[in-house]
Amino acid sequence: MDVPGLYNYWIVVVLMMIGFYVVIAQGNLVKKIFGLNIFQVGVFVFYISMAKVKGGTAPILDGGIEVYSNPLPHVLILTAIVVGIATMALGLALVVRIRDAYGTIEEDEIETQEGELP
Amino acid sequence: MILLHLPALQVVVPLMAAPACVLLRHGRIAWALALVVTWTAFAVALALLLQVIDSGPISYAMGGWAPPWGIEYRVDTLAAFILVIVTSIGALVVPFARASVEREVASDRIYLFYTMYLLCLSGLLGITITGDAFNLFVFLEISSLSSYVLISLGRDRRALTAAFRYLILGTIGATFYIIGVGMIYMVTGTLNIADLASKLPAMADSRTVHMALAFLTVGISLKLALFPLHLWLPNAYAFAPTAVTVFLAATATKVAVYVMIRIVYTVFGGPAIFEQMPIDEMLMGLGMLSMIGASLVAIFQDNVKRLLAYSSLSQIGYMVLGLSLANVSGLAGGIVHIFNHAMMKAALFMAVGCIFYRVGSVHIDALAGLGRRMPLTMAGFVIGGLSLIGAPLTVGFVSKWYLIQGALERGLWPVALVILASGLLALIYVWRIVEVAYFRPSPDGATEIREAPLSMLIPLGVLCVACIYFGIDATATMDLATAAAVELIGSHP
Repeated sequence: MDVPGLYNYWIVVVLMMIGFYVVIAQGNLVKKIFGLNIFQVGVFVFYISMAKVKGGTAPILDGGIEVYSNPLPHVLILTAIVVGIATMALGLALVVRIRDAYGTIEEDEIETQEGELP
Repeated sequence: MILLHLPALQVVVPLMAAPACVLLRHGRIAWALALVVTWTAFAVALALLLQVIDSGPISYAMGGWAPPWGIEYRVDTLAAFILVIVTSIGALVVPFARASVEREVASDRIYLFYTMYLLCLSGLLGITITGDAFNLFVFLEISSLSSYVLISLGRDRRALTAAFRYLILGTIGATFYIIGVGMIYMVTGTLNIADLASKLPAMADSRTVHMALAFLTVGISLKLALFPLHLWLPNAYAFAPTAVTVFLAATATKVAVYVMIRIVYTVFGGPAIFEQMPIDEMLMGLGMLSMIGASLVAIFQDNVKRLLAYSSLSQIGYMVLGLSLANVSGLAGGIVHIFNHAMMKAALFMAVGCIFYRVGSVHIDALAGLGRRMPLTMAGFVIGGLSLIGAPLTVGFVSKWYLIQGALERGLWPVALVILASGLLALIYVWRIVEVAYFRPSPDGATEIREAPLSMLIPLGVLCVACIYFGIDATATMDLATAAAVELIGSHP
């Protein structure tokens, strides 16, 4: 298996798994949001890596440039970053509201409080 | 001239009206705007459907950029059908929502409710109409983000944790979707769905394409709440304001089912891909587990909204089952069930909304004696319930008939038995509610409970009439669903 040549993709997998693990294993809601963000960043790196053309430069319209990276995934990921920020902002806002309502942002404590309700 | 731009208007009108609601800053005016916009969207969807029936699929190049480079809006029979379902529910929920939302949402947030409602609607319409796989992701996130906000507007504090859980799982689902799209882009170099459909079959036996399909299936399954990825749904539906529950239960998961059909049948070429990856068998197994498992859980619920949420999970199982049968009858049964379930579940949740409006609770004990005090609401509930069970002369019967036929055509008679068994389980949980409402005396001091206001009863009535009308004369819906299934599978068997 060509590990050094696929270096970027290995980092993508590692980042995604770190993020995914944090989302599942952490009981703190803020940490969950950050785990989700790391997970998404892994995907962003995945898109940017796939756009790379060997020996290519940045995609700039200029006479001297003939080989350049594919700009489309860059643009797509710009959109995805905006979506990611919106998700993170909304998630953190919800955490603030949850803290107001429950007095805690630990998942297990919230669950005990919910268990007492009818 | 304007007829040419209907596909764009379908999405743009609600999208532009949403920020206008914020600027208006007044609950009633925002409501009036939402009413006008949703009915306009419904009219546009009907016009598109007529155009598609008349002259075949419509392709609209957004901003004049020709596909496959620009973003294409594409309306075929299936998309037009789903657009009509989403907009009709969207248009019926708004009149219902006026009284219901005033009761269930803080009065200074009502205009924000309509903002988010219109955003969610435009997101769902965008998902349906777009012909671009990445554009679909953007609309998916527009509709998801606004639905998280809508759910968190519920008065119960558990609405907040339900919205949070949905946010986490929904985002994971959407991210899985873009991973899958990224992989098929790597292989084909295109994002246009029609272009993908023509290029993918030649490359279908690469590992990247298989991984892409796996990611897409898991991601969309999270969105459509297929067992065992359904954990976000019951609490989200139970604690959201009722108008939100009506809208999301009738449209959001249905649009996710549409995305699944689109990806599996249009992008990956349908039955051919099943020979390489047994997605159909997996979906069939999980669909049947949903149908039986969720119905069993529903029987033991005491919160009526939660009970109906579990019943939604089991009904989603029917749609996924129809998709996995991979023949025209099965797929058409699944597609028509999208329509039928939207009608019946919207009616049921509206009835629950009427009950909450007057009684202030959705616990099953609070329903005691309501058969006498709220006869029209409970009659609506019974009609919706009969449709869930699949009684003849209701819409539920039609879709089950086609699903069973699809299963028998494949020689899968155990699947047909599971469909019947799930209907019997539905009978148990619907009967529990009917028994309490009609045969248990109402508690003392509940005499002031009256029928819900007309603005809530009329949308409920319209849906109940639709449940029966399309159950008796299903030719219109079945013709559309069959035409869509034939378009997707390619030929009549």
